[in-house]
Order: sequence, then structure tokens, then C-alpha cells
Amino acid sequence: MSRPVRFNTTPIEAHLKEAPSVGEAPDGYAGEGFFTSKLSDVVGLARKNSLWPLPFATSCCGIEFMATMASHYDLARFGAERVGFSPRQCDLLMVMGTISKKMGPVLRQVYLQMAEPRWVISVGACACSGGIFDTYSVLQGIDQIIPVDVYVPGCPPRPEAILDGFMKIQDLVGQESIRRRNSDQYKALMNSYGIE
Amino acid sequence: MALTNEHVQLRLTEKFGELVSDFETTYGMLDFEAPKEQNLKVLQFLYDEADLNFQFMTDLTAVNYPDKIGRELAVVYHLHNLQDNLRIRFKVFTSIENTDVFTACKLFSAANWMERETYDFFGVNFVGHPNLIRILNVDEMDYFPMRKEYPLEDQTRVDKDDEMFGRG
Repeated sequence: MSRPVRFNTTPIEAHLKEAPSVGEAPDGYAGEGFFTSKLSDVVGLARKNSLWPLPFATSCCGIEFMATMASHYDLARFGAERVGFSPRQCDLLMVMGTISKKMGPVLRQVYLQMAEPRWVISVGACACSGGIFDTYSVLQGIDQIIPVDVYVPGCPPRPEAILDGFMKIQDLVGQESIRRRNSDQYKALMNSYGIE
Repeated sequence: MALTNEHVQLRLTEKFGELVSDFETTYGMLDFEAPKEQNLKVLQFLYDEADLNFQFMTDLTAVNYPDKIGRELAVVYHLHNLQDNLRIRFKVFTSIENTDVFTACKLFSAANWMERETYDFFGVNFVGHPNLIRILNVDEMDYFPMRKEYPLEDQTRVDKDDEMFGRG
């Protein structure tokens, strides 16, 4: 008699070699008992694998993000296990969903409360460009009020797309010079948004 | 005896005569019009009379008729008699240059936010309203978005073509 539940009695062996659990070491000079590298590379390595996302989810893209966080897609694989709901503790602002003009100052306030270094990912057509809401009440892209590092298109994007955007953010974080946030270029960018 | 549309119409014409007009029944719902100066008197009458008893305001909004010169904006009150379960619709018209209409806040507390919404979207100036400021849109907005005075989207736009969305 067949059982109502079938147990996986012959599981496939996991390919542990192809699933690295340790990040790749940066370029450097290694000898017996020591390793020299650039500080910015080490800092970048640490930062990119321990991002704390702050989800700012207002609509359907937020639902996709929930799937992204859940076990199937598992954003935690990328070191983003800890989703924070306090902007003061988070590094990555994930804006998912339609931002109305009335919500704009709130989003800006959240961004301002985050400590440097901070990154922003704009998920979905609405956050990127206003999407289908070409109307008087909707902000036509969050980059009108805060600087954005990575745009993820889609309406809504699949969790794979969100993960891809997240990995792009990781690349940016890993390669960022530790002096970037003090540069004149960065200050000019902030000033263009009216942020001191 | 259950309250009927005909009885409401009869009582209104008895009381207000020529002032109430344009009675019509669409989908079983009585619809009539009065001059905007009379709106509170009509509402109060409908509220107070024991046999009418319209004491619940379900909706208050406005409609813009850009072609009706001098009466471009209609303020629409939806009233409900909860005891006899009868609903009626009452309209007052106002010109778009002078949108003053008396507030119904004193009579129906529900009118407070609904009048603010109507002001927000249509720019109807409710005289006597305690706090007539925008409720849904941003405070800095300097136009009334639901008025029919804005052009439709250009039909020849190409940047939102189907091809851009993989449907071409």
C-alpha cells in the first residue's frame, strides 16, 4: 500500500565544493602565517557579506521580497540574514513598491537616518520610474529624492531579479574605496539632492 | 408603511416648492437638485422630519461638468435612511469661479473628512468648515487634480510602447 507521504530516502549528494561557505580572499601577498592586502579590500569583503537590509516595502514588490527572504530563495545566503527595521542600524535601503509624493519625505527621512556608508536598491518599475502610475500623486522614480545605487526592473521583479540586484550591490560594496564617502564627487552627489 | 421615493419627492416639493427640481430615479435611487444656498436647509429638513429621517451620510463628493457653463461643479450628497433602508442622492451645482458651498459638518460629523477630500480634489470651498485643508494629496499641491481641465496622455507617445514591455 502506498503511503500518503513519500520520504526522500535517497537524497542527492550536495555539491559542497561548488557552494562556497567562505568568501574569496582578496588579492594580496601571502606567506607562512601572514597575509598582506589592501585595507579597503578587507573592509569591502567584510561589508559585502554582512549587509543589513532595511526593507521599505509598500506594495506587490514587497511580496516578492518576502519570497526572496524566505527559505526557497533565501537572501540569507548572501550574508543578509538580519533584516533590520531601524534605519540607524542598516546599510542597505531596499525600496520596493510605489512611492507616492506624500510618501516621498518619509522615504527621504528614512534615508537620512541611515548612517554612512549606505546603499540604496530600487526594486520594481514603480520605485525606479513611477511604473504604470503616470499620475499626479506618484513620485516618478525615487531617484528624484534620494540617490540610488542599483535599479531592479520588473513589475514586480522575480526573486531571482532581486537577488541579482542584491549581488550587484555586493559588487559595488566590495569594490568601494574606503575614501569614496569623503570624496568631492560624493559630496557633490549628496548636495545635488540637498543632503549635507 | 415603508418609505418610498415618491413620498420623499412629495414632502420635498411641499416644503420647498420650485427650489427642489430635476427629480429622477436611476436604478431605483431618487436623485434631485437644489440651489447651493439651500443645501443646509434641505439636508436639515431631510434629517429632522420624523417620516424622512435621513440621518446617515454615506458619501459626499463632487463631479466636474466642464461643459455646463456656470454650473461646472456638482456637489453630491448620498443620504441613507437606516430605518427604512432608503437611499437618496442630492446635488447642488456651483460655478467653478465661485465654489463657495455651505459646510454640512454641523449636521453630519462624517462630512468633515469627506468635505476635505472634495476640497482636495475638486477645490470646492466649504464655507464654515473647521479645518479645510488637503487631506490626501501633498500639502504643496497647487491644483485640484480631479477637475477635467488637464489634457489626456498623448496617444502618440512611444516611450510606453508595448514593445518596451516585451508584448510587441
